[in-house]
Order: sequence, then C-alpha cells, then structure tokens
Amino acid sequence: MASEYVLELKEITKIFPGVKALDKVSFQLKAGEIHALMGENGAGKSTFIKVITGVHKADGGEMYLNGEKVDFKGPNDSQAAGIAAIYQHVTAYPHLSVAENIFMGHEKVKHGMIQWKEMYAEADKLLAQLNADFKSTAEMGTLSVAQQQMVEIAKALSSNAKIIIMDEPTASLTKNESENLYRIAEKLRDEGASIIFISHRFEDMYRLATRVTVFRDSKYVGTYDVDKISNADLITAMVGREIKDMFPKPEIQLGEEVLRVENLSREGFFKDVSFSVRKGEILGLTGLVGARRTEVIQTIYGVEKLDSGKIFLDGKEVKIKNPRDAIKNGIGLLTEDRSNLGLILDWGIGRNITLTEIEKYGNKVFTNDKAERAAAKQLAEEVDTKAVSIFDKVSTLSGGNQQKVAVSKILASDLKVLIMDEPTKGIDVGAKAEIYDIMGQLAQRGYAIIMISSEMPEVLNMSDRIIVMCEGKITGELSREEATQEGILKYAMAKSLKNTAEN
Amino acid sequence: MAGKSGREIIAEQPFSWKHLLLRWESMLILLLVVVNIMNIAISDKYWSVTGLFRATNSFLNIAFMVLPMCFVLVLGDIDISVGSILAFSATMLGVTYNAGAPMIVAVLVALLTGTVCGCINGVIATQFTELNPMIITFGTQVVYRGLCEIILGDQSTGGLNNVMWFSNLYWGKFGGVVPYMFIVFVLCAIVFGIVQHKTTFGRRMYAIGANREAARYSGINVQGTRFVVYVITGLFAGVAAIFTAASMGSINNAVGKGTEMDAIGICVLGGILTDGGKGNFIGAMISVFLLGLLEYGLGLVNVSSNVMLVIKGALLVISVMIPNLKINVKKKKIA
Amino acid sequence: MKNMENKSILKKITGSREVILLLIVAVLAIFIEIKSGGVFFQLDNLNGMFKNYAVDFVIAIGMMLVMLTGGIDISVGSTLALSGMCASLIFRDHQGLPIIAVFAIAVAVGLCCGLLIGTVISYGKVPPIIATMGCMNAFRGATYLVAHNEWVAAMDFTESYKNFAQKSYLGFGIVNNLLVIVIILYVIFYCILKWTPAGRKIYAVGSNAEAAAVSGINVRKVKTICYVILGGLTGLAGGMFTSLYASAQGNMGEGLEMDCIAACVVGGVSMTGGKGNIVGVFLGALVIAIIGKGLPLIGVSQFWQKAIKGVIILVFVILNVLVQRSVDKAALKRREI
Repeated sequence: MASEYVLELKEITKIFPGVKALDKVSFQLKAGEIHALMGENGAGKSTFIKVITGVHKADGGEMYLNGEKVDFKGPNDSQAAGIAAIYQHVTAYPHLSVAENIFMGHEKVKHGMIQWKEMYAEADKLLAQLNADFKSTAEMGTLSVAQQQMVEIAKALSSNAKIIIMDEPTASLTKNESENLYRIAEKLRDEGASIIFISHRFEDMYRLATRVTVFRDSKYVGTYDVDKISNADLITAMVGREIKDMFPKPEIQLGEEVLRVENLSREGFFKDVSFSVRKGEILGLTGLVGARRTEVIQTIYGVEKLDSGKIFLDGKEVKIKNPRDAIKNGIGLLTEDRSNLGLILDWGIGRNITLTEIEKYGNKVFTNDKAERAAAKQLAEEVDTKAVSIFDKVSTLSGGNQQKVAVSKILASDLKVLIMDEPTKGIDVGAKAEIYDIMGQLAQRGYAIIMISSEMPEVLNMSDRIIVMCEGKITGELSREEATQEGILKYAMAKSLKNTAEN
Repeated sequence: MAGKSGREIIAEQPFSWKHLLLRWESMLILLLVVVNIMNIAISDKYWSVTGLFRATNSFLNIAFMVLPMCFVLVLGDIDISVGSILAFSATMLGVTYNAGAPMIVAVLVALLTGTVCGCINGVIATQFTELNPMIITFGTQVVYRGLCEIILGDQSTGGLNNVMWFSNLYWGKFGGVVPYMFIVFVLCAIVFGIVQHKTTFGRRMYAIGANREAARYSGINVQGTRFVVYVITGLFAGVAAIFTAASMGSINNAVGKGTEMDAIGICVLGGILTDGGKGNFIGAMISVFLLGLLEYGLGLVNVSSNVMLVIKGALLVISVMIPNLKINVKKKKIA
Repeated sequence: MKNMENKSILKKITGSREVILLLIVAVLAIFIEIKSGGVFFQLDNLNGMFKNYAVDFVIAIGMMLVMLTGGIDISVGSTLALSGMCASLIFRDHQGLPIIAVFAIAVAVGLCCGLLIGTVISYGKVPPIIATMGCMNAFRGATYLVAHNEWVAAMDFTESYKNFAQKSYLGFGIVNNLLVIVIILYVIFYCILKWTPAGRKIYAVGSNAEAAAVSGINVRKVKTICYVILGGLTGLAGGMFTSLYASAQGNMGEGLEMDCIAACVVGGVSMTGGKGNIVGVFLGALVIAIIGKGLPLIGVSQFWQKAIKGVIILVFVILNVLVQRSVDKAALKRREI
C-alpha cells in the first residue's frame, strides 16, 4: 500500500567540515498540501532542501518517495522523480533567454534538434499563466529579481513536478507580486502538486499553508497545524525561548548629533535619503528586501560612489570617496556579508583584527608583530571571543564568534559612528544575545550606532529610533515608543500599498 | 567592557619542530640538497666557489623577474607580459646605444621602458577591474613583443659588450670571486623579502590576495597597491633585460621568450600559488636556486633544451596541481 | 503597434554586434582594396587569404568553446605543431597512407593534448592560463623531441598530400579544399551550438556554473570536453598546416594562439564566459585574416603585424567592458525609485 505521504524524510543528518548542518531531521509531506517550513537563519532549511533535491548527499537518514525508499545521486535524479526546487538565490543563466532558462536540461527536442519556436511558444504560455509582463525571448540578465523569480516558477511548472519546493520566494517580491505568487501556489496545489514553502514571513504561512514544520539549530522541533498554533508558540518553537529577555538594552542619555546625511542619492538605487544619528543612540534602519538600505550605507562608507547629497560629521561636511576616508573620519562598518566582505577567513583572528590599523601598531612602513598581537588579544577578549589563540583561523569559528571578531576589528579603529548591517545574521540564538549585549555597551560608551536589520524583534527592541525604507526612499520614522510591527510594515510596504490603492 | 567570562586568549605563536619540518619550504630545501648532490656527482668542478657562481650566473638574470612576480601572485594577479617587457627593454637599450648614446643612457632607457610598460599594464588592470589581468597582460605581451619586431625586424642590435663596464655587469666579479650580478640580486632579494613580510605594504598585499573585497572594506587602497606592483614588475623586467643584454652582447626579437613561464613557475613551485594571498618569499627564493641549479646540472649532462622545456612545463602544471589534490585528500579524510 | 515592431526590428539589426562587425569587415576590405590598387578583391588573392588563414578559422571555433566556459588556451600553437609533426613523421615513414589517415593521426594527437589540458584544468583545478602555459612549452619541447630537431621537408610528402591544400576538388573545383573544411565546420558547430541540448549546456556552464551544477549538468565534464574539442580541431589544423606549407617544422604555429584569441575577442566572445556565437567568431577571424593578408598589400611590413594584433585584442577587450558599463548604467537609469 502506498504511504500517506508523498515525501517522507527520516532522521536526515548532514555534516559539513566542522559543522553539523542537519541533525536527525525528519519531515513529512502529504499529497496536495502546502507545507510551510520555518526556522531562523542558519536553522538548516536551505541545506535540507538541497538534500531533498540531491545537490547534497545526506550523511545519515532515509528518504521515501510515495512510500518507496529513494537515494538521489544528483539533481538529475530528483528532477526525474518529479521534484522541482526554486532556490532562494535565483540560479539563472543571465546571458541566455528566458525560454532557455525555463527549459534548460529538458529542452524540446525533435530529431536531436532543439525546437526553438515550440519552446518559445510553450514558455510564453507558461508565463501567461503566471501573469508575467515579459516575453520568453527576453535575456534573463535584463529582468528584475521578481521577474526572474517568475521564470524560476515557470521552470518548475514546465517540468510537471509533483513536488515543488519554494525557498523564500516572497523575500524580494512586493505585496502585489506576493499575492500573485499565492494564487499560483494555490492553483498548483489544486492541480495536485504538493508544495514545500519556506518563508520568514508569517503572513505567507497563514495565507497558504495547512501545516508548518519548524527547525531550530539544525534540529527538528515539531510539525503543527497552522490554525491550531498561536503566533507566540510558533516563535517560541523557532527561537527556543521567550524573546523578551534577549534584549538587554540599557537606558542611555543621548548626546549631540554625530552624523547627519542630507539628500543622498545614487541613480538606480536610492533618492533623497536624509537622516541623522546622535551620540549613544542606536538608530534602526529597516525595510523589506529591495529597500536598498545596504546600498545607502555602502555609499556613506565610501564603497560606492554618491551621485549627490552631503555627509556631515560633528556638523562639518566631509567628503568620503573610499572606505579609507570613512574610517579616517570615524565611520566604521560591520558588513552584512561577514565571510566575503568583513573578514579574511583564511587568516588568524589576530591579523584580521589589526588589518585596518596596521600602521597604528608599527609605523607607516614597518609592521610590529608584538604590538599587534597584544592589541588583538585585548580586543578579542573584550568581546569575549571563544577561541584558544589569536592564531586560530577565522574559518574554524562559529558564526557568532566570527561576528565577534568582526566587531573587535572595527573597534580597533578610532570611530565615532558604527554602522552595523544585519549584525545577527546567520548566528545562533545564544550568540545573538551576546551581540545585543555588546551593542548596548558600545552605545553606552558613546558610539553612535546605525543598525540595519530585517528582524522585527531586533529592530523594535534595540533601536532608540527607527527609520523605514521602501524601494530606495525613506518612507517613515518612528520613535521607540510609537514603533509597532504593524506600523513598520505599513511604511515598509508603502509603495505596494499605494499601488494597490491606485488599482 | 571586559569580557564577561574573563576567558584568556593565547597571543604567542606555539613553536613545534613538526610544524617547521612539514612546511613546504623544508621540502624545497631537501630537494635543493638532492639537486646539489646530483650536480656534484655529475661534475667535479661544480662544488667550488667558482663552480657554484658559474652555475648561479646561468639563471640569476632571469630571477630578477621572480622578485616582483612574487608580489603579483600574492595579490592574486598575474603578469604574463614580463618576458616581452624584457625583450622590449633590451631592444630599446641596444637601439639607444647603437644610435650613439652613452651606455649609461641606454641602461636608463631600458629601465624607463620597463617602467612605462609596467605602468601601462597597471593602468589597464586598475581602470578595468572587470577584466582578468591574464587577458590584459596577454594582450600587452603581444604588443610589447610586436614593438620589438617593428624596431628590430629580423636583425639584431649588437656590439653591447664593447663597453667594458656594461659587460662586467654580468661577467665581472667582485674581488675576482663574487659576480656583481649575484651581489645585486642578493641585495634586491633582501629588500623584496623585507617588503613582503615585514612592512604594512606587504601585509596589505596579502590581504588583497586573500580577499580583495574584504581588503577594500578594511580601508586598503587596493587599486593603488596593484598599480604599484605592476610598475615594479615592469621595472624589474627592465633590470633583467640589462643583465640579459650584458650576458648576450646583442639583442634579437626572440630574447626572453618563455621567461614569463620561468618566473611564474618558480614562484608557484616556491609555494606562492596563483590564487593569491599564499606562500612566502623564502620559498620562492629557494625555488629560484632549485630550478636554476637543476637546469644547470641537466645542461652539464647534455640534456637538450627541448627536454628542459617539457620538464619545465610539466613541473609548472604539477606544482599547481599538488596543493589542490592535497586539499581534496584532506576533505575526504574529514568526511 | 505594427510600426513600433518594425522599429524595434530595425533597431535590433543595427544594434547587433554581428552587423557592426560586418561593417568593420567591409570598410577594412574596401580600404585595403583602394589602397592596394584593386589587388585585394581579386579571386586569387581572396582564395589565398582563406587558404592561408583556414587554420586560424578552424582553431578559433574551439577557442570560442573554451572561452564560452570561461577558460582560455594559449597552447594551441604548440598543439598544432605537435600533432602536425607526429602525423608528418608517420607519413614520411609510411608513404602509402591515405591522406585521410594522416589527418586522423593529427586529430588523434590533438585530442590527446586537449584531453590532457582539459583534465588538468577541470579535475586538477589548475587555472587555465597556467595549465596551458605549461603545456605550450611542454608540447613545443615534445615537438622538437619527436622530430629529433629535424624537419619534414616537401620531398618527404606525396604529391597528393601537398596538393590537398592547393586543389579544390572538395569544393567542385571552385572553392579551395581547406576553405571547404572551414565552411563545413562552421555549419556543423553553428548547428550544434544553436540546436542541440549539448551545445546549450556549454553556454549554461559559462553563464552560471553553479546554477548548471544545481540543475544537474556535469560542469567538469563539459569543460573538459570543450578543451578536447579544441584539441581535436587544432590537430586537424595541424594536418592542414603541414599540407599547406608542404613541410613540418618544429616552430610552426608559434603565435597562433594570439590570432585565435584575437578572432574570438573581436567576434564578441566574452572573457568571463557564457557569451559569444559562431557567426561573430567567423567575422572576427575574417578581420584577422584581412589584416594579415591585406597589410602587406598596402606596404605595411610584416613586422608590424604582431603589434597591430595585440592592440586589436586590447582595444576590443576594453571596448567590451565600456559597452557593458554603459548598458548597466542605462539599466539603472530606467529603474524608477
């Protein structure tokens, strides 16, 4: 007899060098259901998907498809078995046409020749089903992220998949586009497909899913019926503890204004962005994906060129052309992408910490290893990095400890303003609390802090003031007292709300 | 804000013999000893002061290009135009001299030519960062060699050894024992070694090579550093050109062909890999002598230059491949 | 609406790279025709040009495949020498061999060279420039070695072999045999790249190797195969070369990599992979051939060729970047905030 489940995974374990990415995780997918998969960053959701699709090979556990044990050797096998995945980072071929992107690997072939006309027609039909506003002959690289996402969905449709996995599909979509996606997902379900829907957004889950499975710290926590579990319980399941005591924000007397930016603009990215931050203040900068917050602070930090606008430090206008200028003027950046932009993973902790300020320990020409080591030791200990020696390679540390090294690195410079871009991204819950603690202490020391964050609890609890951006513009400002999740969301989706109203 | 746990982090580098002996450089020294023993067995004149200096003089002129090539590779860049810069500089030297200018002017022209060529590489590489330096220097390689052909045609420009002091740059010996070129090389090598490992400039080069974006975010002037290194590379190709010209006395348009491979191959075998941020200067210097003496020894037993080409080519590929295979084995072990 | 469509088609045609290239080819050819006093467009001259540059045309196809995957191969000159030399040596000692067997030997040697390079690059993870630089020297040394520093002279070849490159019996007595090979190969590869899944896989790997791996394409295998094909084509070219010049010398094909890479770069093949097509490469190779054949006609010394080709490579590579930058900038301008 066939199993009740179209897809069942039992005690799946996946180990990467030094990390257990999945620890005996189980999962069951019923026929014709939309099943939400939730969990914090780094909970193991993406790895789990890649195990299902055969991109990664599990180190332990079993997988059953319609009650039969399967063992995928690679993505080809899972595709043949009717599983299609839409990955979080769009995996497109930018130089090729939309139709080719859709049909790559299962082209329409007759007598060994690709039937382009047929393929374009078929692709256009699929796109029409999705209400897409572009043609299948368009070059993929010229499309917007939302449009590319649409192509990915069309790709899944074209393979007639019975099981469709969507990894954070709404993350970069506007409200309208999300609504469109919901309709498509429901239509697919009604046609008999089963869908695994991964998302951070609660509204996605409530709108679509009947059941929800939660992962936390690479482990399986539980599966619940969506209409039977409360919001609070779900958060507890995801985070593992009450969220309140995580934010030890101290009361700080705010000082004078340190940094003020006026009418910053960069063509194609953002326009007329103005704000200021005071000594001891934590300014939250939030918005949905595509709000271009990171782009704004990258120009303040001098990584990208500014088209127009002024930057003032302590009331005086400064010109920042590159990160060196920014650091000299007392602006430091903790990047969102620790492993690619923030740290040199191949290096030891010590060298990473002192890199920005090598000249401070030696002189302009020569380095001074002894002074550097002493400084690195002190800075690393200050933020309580869990490491044996300053010669430990950063790549061997956990995400949380890497972030601490990154923090000590910016503390090595003489700074007034700290810009922290998603400071708790991809680190576990315990380390998060420590990072919040450090942030509070830094504010107390008199740093002006700009915190960019997408995580609502973090924004609400850590910020003295909150600025919300939407598609390259500041759409609202809220004080700590008046800020609520709904209030922020209203501003964050200002543009799509406006569009809906106009329609 | 002291750490809450008061946990201490060690700041002294632990010393271990095992670690030291397992280093790539130790392995190279071992190989160097083997090559020397081989050479001693081949020739009874080899193991003497004159014999050894005769051997080193056979390759050190090209080794001047290894010094900056270390920098280039540490940065994660590559410069395959050095052989052509050498040729162009040497051509300019010869032409200037034969046009009636004093030799010292010709020498300066050669240095200037090398520097300008390096500048051109540097400008293109830093202004068009989208381009892989490989294709840039491939293009300039063709251009520089092409300029030699335009200037020289199929003729050569000779008579350079009529100037005694110039000829002595290569052939002369300090106190009748130590070749001048050897002394110059050692001095240059010391400076380069110090720059690579003891200066802020060197540290920044390693940072750029290990992670160019992270280096930029750390306030390092990435493009400026790259530009300077390309210029130094051109300059030292000019230096190599002077010694090469002094050794040959006349220049044709094929001079220095394939020497870019020698320079890159020496660095790679020395542990300065092409992916940037790896290896150290000592390794490259041992590698200079290892490969140079090997070629000299094989020359003594009349191994043809063709076999040498095959050996050098294979050695280059294999020495890049070995570390990659090692990483694969390590990964398998963990799994 | 109809009008707009026409307009966009017109724009598409004038905006396409191939059309611009075609214009460049025409202007260049006419310029040389006028300057040379009407020599260039003579049938003999054109036939001679295609004959002499057939080798470049053939190898440029393979070079494009390799560059589509984001690689490069600077060893083609040496591969050509090694395969041409091996085939010639065997032919010298076994005069009875049919011509086709000689070409088969050359292709086989080329395939082996390509397989070696491809394996070293995709499985040994050696950067293409290093791997092919090593092989360039190793193959060159090997060429001299197998020939014992000698060369195979015209008298060692049979008449029919020497005639192959001069006659046009494959082309119905009108088109030179070598040119026939070139045309056949371009048609075949045009079809493969445009109409077969295998051909599209090459583009997929070059456009986004990670995505290709996720969708089940064996990236390493595809890359290796591209180098093998290049090796095979270079081997074939080795046979053509020895037939054309009626001799096999150790130094043959030196600097050939420059011509082929230049042809690809001029033809719009991107250095980072994923972009380029066979029509463009044909026109690119044509530009190189016209320059090579045409410059001596208008009194430019052969010694200028190298520098001019080098400048062409640099200019086109940089032009590509500038065009891409302006495209990106225009895209940003269109984005509303």
